[in-house]
Amino acid sequence: MSVTEQEVKRIAKLAKLKLNENEVEKFTKDLNSILEYMKLLNELDTSEVEPLHHPVESETIFREDELKSKFSRELALKNAPKTDGEFFLVPKVIRNKAK
Amino acid sequence: MAMLKRYEAVIGLEVHAQLLTETKLFCGCSTKFGAQPNTNICPVCMGLPGTLPTLNKRAVEFAIRMGLATNCRINKRSIFARKNYFYPDLPKGYQISQFEEPICENGFVEIETENGSRKIRLKRIHIEEDAGKSIHDQGGFTKVDLNRSGVPLIEIVSEPDIHSTQEASQYLKNLRQLVTYLGICDGNMEEGSLRCDANISIRKKGETALGTRTEIKNMNSFRNVERALEFEINRQIELLEENRTVVQETLLWDADKSEARPMRGKEESHDYRYFPEPDLMPLEISEDWVTEIQSALPELPNARKQRFIEEYQLPEYDAGVLTSEKSIADYYEQALTSTNNYKALSNWVMSEALKIANERKVDFSQFPISAKNLGKLIALVDKQVISGKIAKEVFEDMLNSDDDPENIVKEKNLVQITDASQIKIIVERVLKDNPTQVEQYLNGKEKVFGFFVGQVMKESRGKANPQIVNEILKEKLANLR
Repeated sequence: MSVTEQEVKRIAKLAKLKLNENEVEKFTKDLNSILEYMKLLNELDTSEVEPLHHPVESETIFREDELKSKFSRELALKNAPKTDGEFFLVPKVIRNKAK
Repeated sequence: MAMLKRYEAVIGLEVHAQLLTETKLFCGCSTKFGAQPNTNICPVCMGLPGTLPTLNKRAVEFAIRMGLATNCRINKRSIFARKNYFYPDLPKGYQISQFEEPICENGFVEIETENGSRKIRLKRIHIEEDAGKSIHDQGGFTKVDLNRSGVPLIEIVSEPDIHSTQEASQYLKNLRQLVTYLGICDGNMEEGSLRCDANISIRKKGETALGTRTEIKNMNSFRNVERALEFEINRQIELLEENRTVVQETLLWDADKSEARPMRGKEESHDYRYFPEPDLMPLEISEDWVTEIQSALPELPNARKQRFIEEYQLPEYDAGVLTSEKSIADYYEQALTSTNNYKALSNWVMSEALKIANERKVDFSQFPISAKNLGKLIALVDKQVISGKIAKEVFEDMLNSDDDPENIVKEKNLVQITDASQIKIIVERVLKDNPTQVEQYLNGKEKVFGFFVGQVMKESRGKANPQIVNEILKEKLANLR
């Protein structure tokens, strides 16, 4: 398995990363060398092995359905780059409807 | 619609139900609807770095309840996964959901169709968290409210077993009935506690291969689901009839314009890159817990309907209407504490009360007359304290005050006149005052009898017992012959 520059560009786009041509080339190379290294694992026959979802074998930890958090809005909004005191304000997501 | 007959619609529905837990899926914040923006949030549901999710046990229990009620297999072990996409109301950049191993699989829901009952298979039910809310319509910014971020949902995914808009609507109604009976969701589509997306394709009848499908979102009422599906089925048929092809895409239903339009932007990258959520252990469910939940399941709609038929000797139609919603069935049974006239109560609830509830668009649990008082009103009629006609008047009064009907009857002096001597006096007066009609009657025009009854009732201001009025009138008129 290997990745092409096209795929790297697509992955970057999905991750909202802007890469210049040099970076695309660099990351394609880097990712391929990682994949190359991981190929080692293919030598192991895992057809009979259950996929491991978590490295620690442990039971589910539940929380009872009880109100706990009391976090003030003032505190919640404190780190927001922009706020009107009620909402988080972010750049407009939907363009104004063309009439 | 000859053209339509050659085609068959193939529809699968994805229904999201907001669970009625006190707190969110992965943190202890309140799920209450309508709170001031950003007041029910904490570092976990704000997606701040370094926070970890802890699973709400009750949300899991609710999902299991639904799985059991829809004949699903409850998986002893299921996995949470991250669904990755960017949107401002999804602060972590991923939604915690379930992907490859959901909590419930392979169930079915039975629906009534014109050709008898049919099973709609369920592919899966899984647990996931809701996103926050974005408000776009004001100023140069998008406003983000995270109160809904992390509220627990279950997503119920059907197989493409639905073949018409009517079936889709029936299926949705059944799901809504189930979640409300189970007490796991309030079922309110307009407020978004129940949301529905549809996958639709069409094919010529008799074909088995599936056509290209489209997805429709944003249908926020039962009526809109029907309208949107109808629209999309017709659109696809037209395309095929013109030898054009259906493009696989996501459409947004616009209720104001009655059309579905392609969605752009957000859906462009349909690649959610699911992977197992490393912050949560696999969800293990013990056999004992499932048994415990099973044995505590409330009575489900069909069982309750059957019980109403047997226990209260109601016609199937009545039992169906009364149990169609849990709140109506509860009301009916509460009213039985003050009357035991099953059929009369059923009539009052089905015609008078339901009419008002529909007009005012209120849920039956909010009905202005308490069940106990409606039962009392019926008892008053049964004991001949008031006539059926007067009862309707008292009912109107009760709508405004929810006063005890016995008080209203006393205050307004509406008690029925059953004293024959009193009624006799009124009858005699009416006959004396209307000699022309008496003449007509005696000459064989028997229709005039109704006129006399009406006059007597009017004179008594509706209070005379109609049966006694009839008897006395007949007797008096016979004596005149």
